[in-house]
Amino acid sequence: MNLVVCVKRVPDTAESEVHIDASGKDIDKSRLSFGINECDNYAVEEAIQIKERLGGTVTVISLGPKENDEVIRMALAKGGDEAIRLEDEAFDGGDGFAVAKALAAAIKGLEFDIVFTGALADDDGYAVVPAALGELLGVPHATYVKKVEILEDGKRAKVGRELEGGLLEFLEIELPCVLGIQTGINEPRYASFKGIKQAAKKEIAIKSAADLGLDPSEVGESGSWAVLEKFTPPVVGEMAEILEGDPEETAAKLAAILKEKGLV
Amino acid sequence: MISFELSEEQRAVQKVAHEFAEREIRPLAAEYDEREEYPEWFVEKAFRAGLTYTYVPEEYGGQGMDFLTACIVNEELSWGCCGFATILGANNLGVTPLLVAGNEEQKRKYLLDLTSRPSLAAMALTEPEAGSDAGAVRTTAVRDGDFYVLNGTKCFISNGGIADLHTVYASTDPSKGTRGLSCFLVPKGTPGLSAGKKERKMGVRASVTSEVILSDCRVPAEDLLGAEGQGFKIAMITLDKARVNVASGSVGIARAALEAALDYARQRIQFGRPIIENQAIQFMLADMDMDVEAGRLLYMKAAWLETKGLPFTREAAMAKTFCSDMAMRVTTDVVQVFGGYGYMRDYPVEKYMRDAKINQIWDGTNQIQRLVMARSLMAR
Ligand SMILES: Cc1cc2nc3c(=O)[nH]c(=O)nc-3n(C[C@H](O)[C@H](O)[C@H](O)COP(=O)(O)OP(=O)(O)OC[C@H]3O[C@@H](n4cnc5c(N)ncnc54)[C@H](O)[C@@H]3O)c2cc1C
Ligand SMILES: Cc1cc2nc3c(=O)[nH]c(=O)nc-3n(C[C@H](O)[C@H](O)[C@H](O)COP(=O)(O)OP(=O)(O)OC[C@H]3O[C@@H](n4cnc5c(N)ncnc54)[C@H](O)[C@@H]3O)c2cc1C
Repeated sequence: MNLVVCVKRVPDTAESEVHIDASGKDIDKSRLSFGINECDNYAVEEAIQIKERLGGTVTVISLGPKENDEVIRMALAKGGDEAIRLEDEAFDGGDGFAVAKALAAAIKGLEFDIVFTGALADDDGYAVVPAALGELLGVPHATYVKKVEILEDGKRAKVGRELEGGLLEFLEIELPCVLGIQTGINEPRYASFKGIKQAAKKEIAIKSAADLGLDPSEVGESGSWAVLEKFTPPVVGEMAEILEGDPEETAAKLAAILKEKGLV
Repeated sequence: MISFELSEEQRAVQKVAHEFAEREIRPLAAEYDEREEYPEWFVEKAFRAGLTYTYVPEEYGGQGMDFLTACIVNEELSWGCCGFATILGANNLGVTPLLVAGNEEQKRKYLLDLTSRPSLAAMALTEPEAGSDAGAVRTTAVRDGDFYVLNGTKCFISNGGIADLHTVYASTDPSKGTRGLSCFLVPKGTPGLSAGKKERKMGVRASVTSEVILSDCRVPAEDLLGAEGQGFKIAMITLDKARVNVASGSVGIARAALEAALDYARQRIQFGRPIIENQAIQFMLADMDMDVEAGRLLYMKAAWLETKGLPFTREAAMAKTFCSDMAMRVTTDVVQVFGGYGYMRDYPVEKYMRDAKINQIWDGTNQIQRLVMARSLMAR
């Protein structure tokens, strides 16, 4: 089984205060720590587990600057075999669709049975890449995947998609395909020191837009359908109804609202 | 000539250890502390994550980290919880005599087995009458044909009684004091080896500290480490490493405490503004930051000397003493920053203070470390 897994390096904003930077189009990342996008960590694990069961190779791909090597190497340390990093000024400012174009161009040159991505990215949360990648590669895709079972013939897979309320929708999908992996599908391993040392010796192939046969106008901001205009902090209070009064009154009001909306 | 930069590999394994501490240890640290319970599952998790027997060479199945890298890992684990980190620290301590003095056959036999599965090791030196004064060890080892017969009681042994291998110090010649000490490999299940009282402790409560009783315990002569009379030397070389490890763990605790204080001081409003806006608080935090930084440099220097094969007894004693005294200072101040809340068990900081304390005591008290430093100074 030839497996490809796409990983993104994102800032960890879970426990930090986030501020919009001077450009108004990004957050100030100077004090944030970075790591692999959470879903992608599960995608890496899923790919490696399938390789360990059925044999084959895992190729790790990431679009971004040299700093991304850190997350690529961690995936190699866990059991990835090869790595490609897409780096070019032309890729800057791209939306999910433009990123998917670059990834698709890199993946087209490979033999693959399954391409794994995370279901969505922790930073922009567009959840576009897996679907766009499927379309661009001309193969079926499934998103929010929380279970993968390769069927006997190795030509199809049974996948469980997570729906609202924890329901799983099962469907059969033909390989090759793209799967957007949801967190919780497995228990991601920790890279061992031995793995880390081996990964440090591996080469990461760097590819530019030209290497991928892409014209700069097709990718990055100019190749995007969506253009980011500006960030604004959420307006406090506008969407919220603040209940006033003493605790007994507010509790009664709250109970009435919950009943009215059919929530209790 | 001087570089303070960690290698890419060191940074990667530091990150792994940090994530492991954050995900697997921190969420449960308070619970195991409160219940004073040994987390049975933990060593298996650590084994799967590649965090056991960190500096045992790869050829013996260990992780093959250089000593500095192993200390960096220990700092992160102790940042998670010093009690949990102690379980793995005692493992390293338990097998270090084997690394120091074991012959090829002993190393292959015991290390390959221990490193191939989730296992525990322990080093048993201390006795009720022999704490700082190792020469007062009363456990005896009497040669009987192809065996030694061990009799005595060890106390305060980390992983004691539950370990798969105990390295035990006993006197083969009580008339010679420290020069009569010898070190033996005593695997689990050896008749005559048993666990005594499990201690109830102030801190590091996830780690088992127990009496180990040797009662006509017959150990094959081939399980003597080195030669008769080399026990004290083996213990001292082992403890040099243990002391640097203690230093790194102390830095981990102090750092965790400082982070908690910084967060709290930003959030806590008194007199209409966050308490961090008072210079009195800022200066406490600044001193803590300086202390943690200095402590880290000291343990890293000592560990670096070890990796270069240079003498590091003096630096190990300095790092152990400075870092543990520092962690005690920092954690005490952190409780102060938290005010009354810091004194409550609902917040993590009183635990940091309790955990910090042990580091001034074990692996040679800080008074004994000052003796070591003074001796090295006077030998100039
Ligand atoms: C939680 C825990 C875990 C431990 N784990 C292990 C383990 O795994 N293996 C093991 O072998 N041991 C272990 N120990 C034992 C530990 O190393 C000893 O407690 C330590 O060496 C001190 O010995 P002691 O407790 O007998 O104190 P004592 O030696 O009685 O010391 C009491 C006080 O007198 C001071 N003192 C003693 N002699 C002098 C001197 N000459 N000059 C100045 N001051 C002096 C000491 O500094 C100390 O302040 C552990 C202890 C604890 C508490
Ligand atoms: C076991 C226990 C028993 C108690 N019993 C009683 C009792 O019987 N009755 C009662 O009324 N209270 C009692 N208290 C409350 C106790 O008096 C308070 O905890 C204490 O006054 C500190 O207040 P705080 O905990 O809110 O800390 P905070 O006031 O939040 O202080 C936090 C930190 O900020 C520092 N700080 C605050 N303001 C400034 C400033 N302007 N400049 C510089 N530093 C500042 C403080 O010194 C401290 O280090 C008890 C507390 C405990 C823990």
